[in-house]
Amino acid sequence: MLHITLNGEAREIAPASTVADLLAELDLIGKRVAVERNGEIVPRGQHGATVLAEDDALEIVVAVGGG
Amino acid sequence: MQDPLLIAGREYHSRLLVGTGKYKDFDETREAVLASGAQIVTVAVRRVNIGQNAGEPSLLEALPLKEFTYLPNTAGCYTADEAVRTLRLARELLDGHDLVKLEVLGDQTTLFPNMPETLKAAGTLVREGFKVMVYCSDDPIQAKMLEDIGVVAVMPLASLIGSGMGILNPWNLQLIIQHAKVPVIVDAGVGTASDAAIAMELGCDGVLINTAIAKAQQPVLMAGAMKKAVEAGREAFLAGRMPRKFYSASPSSPTAGLIGS
Repeated sequence: MLHITLNGEAREIAPASTVADLLAELDLIGKRVAVERNGEIVPRGQHGATVLAEDDALEIVVAVGGG
Repeated sequence: MQDPLLIAGREYHSRLLVGTGKYKDFDETREAVLASGAQIVTVAVRRVNIGQNAGEPSLLEALPLKEFTYLPNTAGCYTADEAVRTLRLARELLDGHDLVKLEVLGDQTTLFPNMPETLKAAGTLVREGFKVMVYCSDDPIQAKMLEDIGVVAVMPLASLIGSGMGILNPWNLQLIIQHAKVPVIVDAGVGTASDAAIAMELGCDGVLINTAIAKAQQPVLMAGAMKKAVEAGREAFLAGRMPRKFYSASPSSPTAGLIGS
């Protein structure tokens, strides 16, 4: 298993998983989210092609109410 | 009256911008935003709640992107780097939308802006093609620096975020307004309708309000009050107020034709 950090929490994921696989596992397919991997944006069009690596740090965000 | 607010080349008929935080639920958020007449709504960017119920209501359903201009903010960011990362995520989140609200806070108690970090972040964001509206201190020199960097609006505080203390330093705001070539929008501190009217009478181009609406006893009613106050204040500014006189020997009724004279 790969060890990644997702939104600040440790998580394990199957080897060779892509960002799209992770989003599917999190039930976020079709949701308006944005993904950052190791400080860099992963554009929506590249979710399927971006393979995750050991120790990747991912942030997945949404829009919420705020002032 | 045609008097649009022009931000980054786009016209808005409403000069009231509203935040979407602190409401009871999304229904109340939507009703209040509609009552305010605002076209620009600020939103925050936060980590998705992992394991969240997929059917949970979202802000995007309450305030569809096709009805409103979203203004993603960097609330809660204390460094330029955090703010820049947050807005890059916001741009990805909103399909390349580049109008953003930058705020870099300096202190958790006052939420006063950290201006050196704000200036640094503004520079990076402008270089990356963002259209940046900036929460800033009511310091005319720093406002000018931001303008020189290329931001599309300066948004000085009238008093501290969420304080509802009103317009504490109209003189500083006036200095900013007199010299700014970009819109000046009062962001933070408005407590009630008269505060919004005062900001507009000073010549501000707009007002951004969240807490004063969301935390009113009746938010939707207050949202309507703010709409009217901003409109009234703007019209009063354009009309030009009468000069102040300590007292006037000029009554409003004719002095001729009094009976018994």
